[in-house]
Amino acid sequence: MAITREDVLHVAALARLELSEDEIVRLTGQLNDILAAVGKVSELDLSDVPPTSHPLSVVNVFRPDVARPSLPLDDAFANAPERDGDLFRVPPTGAAEESSA
Amino acid sequence: MIDTLRLTAEEARALLERGDVSGAELRAAYREAIDARNEELNCFLTLVDGDDNNGVPIALKDVISTKGVRTTAGSKILEGYVPVFDSTVADRCKAAGLQLLGKTNTDEFAMGSSTENSAYGPSHNPWDPTRVPGGSGGGSAAAVSAGLAPWALGSDTGGSIKQPSALCGNVGLRPTYGTVSRYGIVAFASSLDQVGPVTKTVRDNALLYGIISGRDDCDSTTVDVPPVELPVAEDLKGLRVGVPKELNEAEGISAGVAEAVRRAIDLCSELGAEVGECELPRSVEYGLPCYYLIAPAEASSNLARYDGVRYGLRVPADNYYEMVARTRDAGFGDEPKRRIMLGTYALSAGYYDAYYGQAQKVRTVIAREFAAAFERFDVLVSPTSPTVAFKIGEKAESPLAMYLTDVLTIPPNMAGLPGLSIPCGLSEGLPVGLQLIGAQFAENTLFRTGHALERAIGFDIVPERLR
Repeated sequence: MAITREDVLHVAALARLELSEDEIVRLTGQLNDILAAVGKVSELDLSDVPPTSHPLSVVNVFRPDVARPSLPLDDAFANAPERDGDLFRVPPTGAAEESSA
Repeated sequence: MIDTLRLTAEEARALLERGDVSGAELRAAYREAIDARNEELNCFLTLVDGDDNNGVPIALKDVISTKGVRTTAGSKILEGYVPVFDSTVADRCKAAGLQLLGKTNTDEFAMGSSTENSAYGPSHNPWDPTRVPGGSGGGSAAAVSAGLAPWALGSDTGGSIKQPSALCGNVGLRPTYGTVSRYGIVAFASSLDQVGPVTKTVRDNALLYGIISGRDDCDSTTVDVPPVELPVAEDLKGLRVGVPKELNEAEGISAGVAEAVRRAIDLCSELGAEVGECELPRSVEYGLPCYYLIAPAEASSNLARYDGVRYGLRVPADNYYEMVARTRDAGFGDEPKRRIMLGTYALSAGYYDAYYGQAQKVRTVIAREFAAAFERFDVLVSPTSPTVAFKIGEKAESPLAMYLTDVLTIPPNMAGLPGLSIPCGLSEGLPVGLQLIGAQFAENTLFRTGHALERAIGFDIVPERLR
């Protein structure tokens, strides 16, 4: 199951990474090597085995639904690249290569 | 005169309690050691000039959020990031009176086994500065080993506490998943990440684990933890020690490492433990592939938050999507990009079942194998790292060779098990780590075993060149 240059570009778009030409070439080779190694998991027939998503057998942790103070706005914006009043300001979203992730 | 190379945290605490030294004097002694050696070792990314506390000093890995103190996770994307809140572990350290010395170097987003992936340059091993201190928590391990901090906190996803502790001759605990809060920890792989102590002795380790562990309302994966018992016994009578064949005979374990571990296993018998062999047929062979699907998949999701909108780097562009993609290209180094790509691929349509879904099933297989072993044994032992510290640059060109350094620490991590690495001797003049693996919540058993072995081994934790 070889990874092609097109696969790398598709995945980079899903991951919102703009890669340089050099990175595309390098990652294509490296991802092929790594996937060949990790693809080993498919050797095992595990059709009867349930998946593990969490290492402890803990379910549904509840706490009282009591309102607590939340982060003050000035703190929430303290590290913001651009603030506009009580909003984070970003460049316009229109008219570009919006990917369908 | 305070000898920071030898002073344990427990001793430092006793000095403070007796009034033999003040908190300020203690801090000054560590600052002096930092001034003398940090330039060579590059352990600290940020130093703190003083806080309100007067207790035993501590260093925190730079993935641990500290209010008002820069927290970079070793990444350029968080270069100027100053948290507006404390992580629960930082908060608990403060509440225990510990004073913060600074933030320690790490592979970017804790992704790596050598600190060479740090955007701020690698840390160096105090035993031999041409070698790596291990990673990702190499800054914390090297700082403790070189006397720049009496103890430190690291975080461990695939071995980032245990492996650097082994390579620097420290005691490092990766606690049971869910015993230490992840609130305020820069997330890498959430079903695996755990914070834990890096110390000079097993007793120090138990003390610090006692401070940071326990249920936290801010992390719903945390649970109540049995009271921590400071180890005192110097024998191992009644203890059943298992030697998993695959973890001790894995390809790549150097002869010197195998020999030091063999001697430690013999010591277990001499100290009164019952030692037997066991098998983990698929955990070692499939553990690494399983990890390198699950961890990158979770990482690709966790690192989606670095989008140049709310905090961190922003590379300007005329359009939002270009801004996000350029910010992430400029802000992430090679390893996070590689893992984001790998994880995104493993989760993408058409590949999910074959990769991520299958890896989650392998995780069940691993958990079952360890559970079967713990029906017969209290502790399992193996080397922590297949080799002693390797040369800086030696594995830099091959991601796969670097991934293989975690082959022995990963399997228990997949099952959420605690692991304690203690130094068990030297090979080629460099420390060898012994990995003690316990059942879930059996930290006290690990402390007891580690303490008795530590006494019997008599390892000198001070690097030979600094004595």
